[in-house]
Amino acid sequence: MAGPHPESWLKVLPAGLYCEPGGFYIDPTSPVDRAVITHGHSDHARAGHGAVLTTAETAAIMAIRYGEGFAGSVQRQAYEMPTRVREVAVTLLPAGHILGSAQVLLDYAGSRAVVSGDYKRRADPTCPAFTPVACDVFVTEATFGLPVFRHPPDRMELAKLLQSREIFPERCHLVGVYALGKCQRVMALLRAAGYDRPIYLHGALLALTELYAQSGVDLGLYRVISGMTPNQLRGEIILCPPSALADRWSRRLPDPVSAAASGWMRVRARARQKGAELPLIISDHADWDELLQTARDVDAPEVWITHGREEGLMHALTQQGRRARVLSLIGREEEES
Amino acid sequence: MQHFANLLDALSFQPARNAKLRLIETYLAHTPDPDRGYALAALTGALNIPNAKPALLKSLAVGQSDETLFAVSYDYVGDLAETVALIWPPHAEGVADTDAGTQSPRLGDVVEKLQQSKASEVPDLLTGWLNRLDPTGRWALLKLITGALRVGVSARLAKTAVAHFGQVAVEEIEELWHGLTPPYRELFSWLSGTADKPDKHSLSFLPLMLAHPLDENELAAMVPAEFRAEWKWDGIRVQVVARDGECRLYSRAGEEISRAFPDIVAAMNFNGVLDGELLVARPDDNDVKIGPFNELQQRLNRKAVTGRMLADWPAHVRLYDILIDGEADLRPLPFDMRRAALEAWFRRQPRPRFDLSPLIGFTSWQDLSDLRAGSRAAGIEGLMLKRADSPYLGGRVKGRWFKWKRDALTVDAVLMYAQRGHGKRSSYYSDYTFGCWQAGPAEDERLLVPVGKAYSGYTDEELLMLDRWVRDHTVNRFGPVREVTPSLVVELAFDAVQRSNRHKSGVALRFPRVHRIRWDKPAAEADEVSALDRLI
Repeated sequence: MAGPHPESWLKVLPAGLYCEPGGFYIDPTSPVDRAVITHGHSDHARAGHGAVLTTAETAAIMAIRYGEGFAGSVQRQAYEMPTRVREVAVTLLPAGHILGSAQVLLDYAGSRAVVSGDYKRRADPTCPAFTPVACDVFVTEATFGLPVFRHPPDRMELAKLLQSREIFPERCHLVGVYALGKCQRVMALLRAAGYDRPIYLHGALLALTELYAQSGVDLGLYRVISGMTPNQLRGEIILCPPSALADRWSRRLPDPVSAAASGWMRVRARARQKGAELPLIISDHADWDELLQTARDVDAPEVWITHGREEGLMHALTQQGRRARVLSLIGREEEES
Repeated sequence: MQHFANLLDALSFQPARNAKLRLIETYLAHTPDPDRGYALAALTGALNIPNAKPALLKSLAVGQSDETLFAVSYDYVGDLAETVALIWPPHAEGVADTDAGTQSPRLGDVVEKLQQSKASEVPDLLTGWLNRLDPTGRWALLKLITGALRVGVSARLAKTAVAHFGQVAVEEIEELWHGLTPPYRELFSWLSGTADKPDKHSLSFLPLMLAHPLDENELAAMVPAEFRAEWKWDGIRVQVVARDGECRLYSRAGEEISRAFPDIVAAMNFNGVLDGELLVARPDDNDVKIGPFNELQQRLNRKAVTGRMLADWPAHVRLYDILIDGEADLRPLPFDMRRAALEAWFRRQPRPRFDLSPLIGFTSWQDLSDLRAGSRAAGIEGLMLKRADSPYLGGRVKGRWFKWKRDALTVDAVLMYAQRGHGKRSSYYSDYTFGCWQAGPAEDERLLVPVGKAYSGYTDEELLMLDRWVRDHTVNRFGPVREVTPSLVVELAFDAVQRSNRHKSGVALRFPRVHRIRWDKPAAEADEVSALDRLI
């Protein structure tokens, strides 16, 4: 490291992680003057900041969720195009988490830190792959920071869904998915698995799905189920927000097999808590092996852990010979996983 | 093994009975012998393999990972077999890609190897298999070898799935069952149409004849003289099979329970098959005194029976019927002739631990109705009506036998918690916990304490109303459970009250169900726990 240690210029303040020489926060939890936003999930992207720097896709997501006036001003920045914010060179790099998700590379006086936001390493047809860059400090999430979390290959989970559809052809399959990211990824994975029926959606999933389709992600034919009779939906796959799985809304459906797509489905007690008959382990977060591999890939001598299960990851990173430290950021939810 | 693991995995998340049946049937249809036979044995609890101790699993897992990582993981997951299955590193040369493929060990090989191995060889065998399975496969293997599958499948349900698979009646499977051993090749050959039906074993279970609930409106059309009446004893229905010194005691569904009742088995020195009620009963002058069902429960589902248990809760069989006497199959005979044969059989050699369920004399339905209304004695659940001319037919046959249970007891209780149901009810709060009042620590303070759970008895419309009420009155959520304001009174019907140290209230209701919803009644006027105490 040529320059000052990032500890001296990248700090945890009540609103979140603050880059002092740039005068901006990264994913602040309350309204601030200047913010860099890694991705559109609501615990990272909040409305009401003065100036926002983010990808064009994330800006579009925030506009759908909060309205066009979600911030005073917006700078839409392409991936891998450095821009100067006061004394800091800021570069957004693909994080592979959801559409528009970015890592934030901060280069200040010859010292480099990467704030990864949320990320995953496996291929995802709905967003560009995570780009590892060497840095002095890597700030990582740890949502699945335990060795029990190893996400199986996506196609195995899709096969489970399609096989269940063969066993119960007279029922519909209702899959609980987060509206942003998981929904569209499951749709794209269904297409990759050769599923060519229309995919049916709960109304709350439509707006963001249209955005993905407009961005060029191939989701095939989809439509909202309103106005359809139970008989028309027999044998079909329907996506809905997780909260709608057990909601009165689902009563109009023909004896649904309730499935839930989330990394938490790996642990049986968690899957049971969600009431899923068919848990599908599909996650947009790095699993244990990906977390450790990423630390090796960016080869940072020091790793800061923001949110999730830190204890196991600290231990394993220390064994890799890195300094590991836990940042206590408040306001990060484990829900959107 | 991988297919079997996927089956267990799907079963463990599937609450609906019919869906479970479909899953098992599909598995049986797509899996070759001997794997499917061993899977069936595992599901029915008939698989005999050496068990591994939790400490062994833990040490294997720590060896593959690290003490600290194992500890934090176990702390998070909370289940040892699952933690080991998940923390086990994927092996590059094996099925890291988790395809249920050629590398995965076969269930049949696993079972047969385990049966032939010495205890000292088990750790290496386990490690080898764990390396070749995906996380679900590892979980299933570890559940298998620690002896508890816990996927919500009873032996009866598994046999029903086998019957569906072979398109035969489940009674046919039950009748054969005890003559068969894993991996049941001859059973599957017969069901697949490639071999004849296997011969019955002489100690087989014979399907029981079951009764329909009596519809009182139909009494007027029934002729009293054509029926015989008996008490319906409040124990568990059993079949007693004794042949040439070998004895079997079967429950209603054909599960063998002989081991839990050595006192009965010791008294079975005869040749024949009888039908009766298993009870706890103590000598009382020249007769016996029947204990409440609660006492019988102390003897059920026990693996080991202590002398103390035998002394405290002596078992007894009250006989209803005789199916086979020596070599003679009496089942085609009418009830009256079987009854005469049963009485003659008992006169030939009365024996301790057995007696006859007496016939009740009556001339009109009113006589019986009065008797039934007066029957609150311990050990009586109601009346049985049997057609005098009915042969003994396995299963629930229409129009022959009727059960006429005594009226239920009721209590006014307050709805405290609600939980979403399963299957078709999965979007409804359909499972309820009810409480009654009890004196609190402070003077004049009364607390609600849970007395029972109910998830039946309401109509579809009432379920909709209850569901809406729960959603509108939620004060707290615990996972799938909602706590509601204690303000809705429901009249619960139940069959009996028992002492219970498991419940804070000290009582447990037997078969509670919703009788009436008392939208009109203030919660403060619901019953007190003491009202239930008096019914014990």
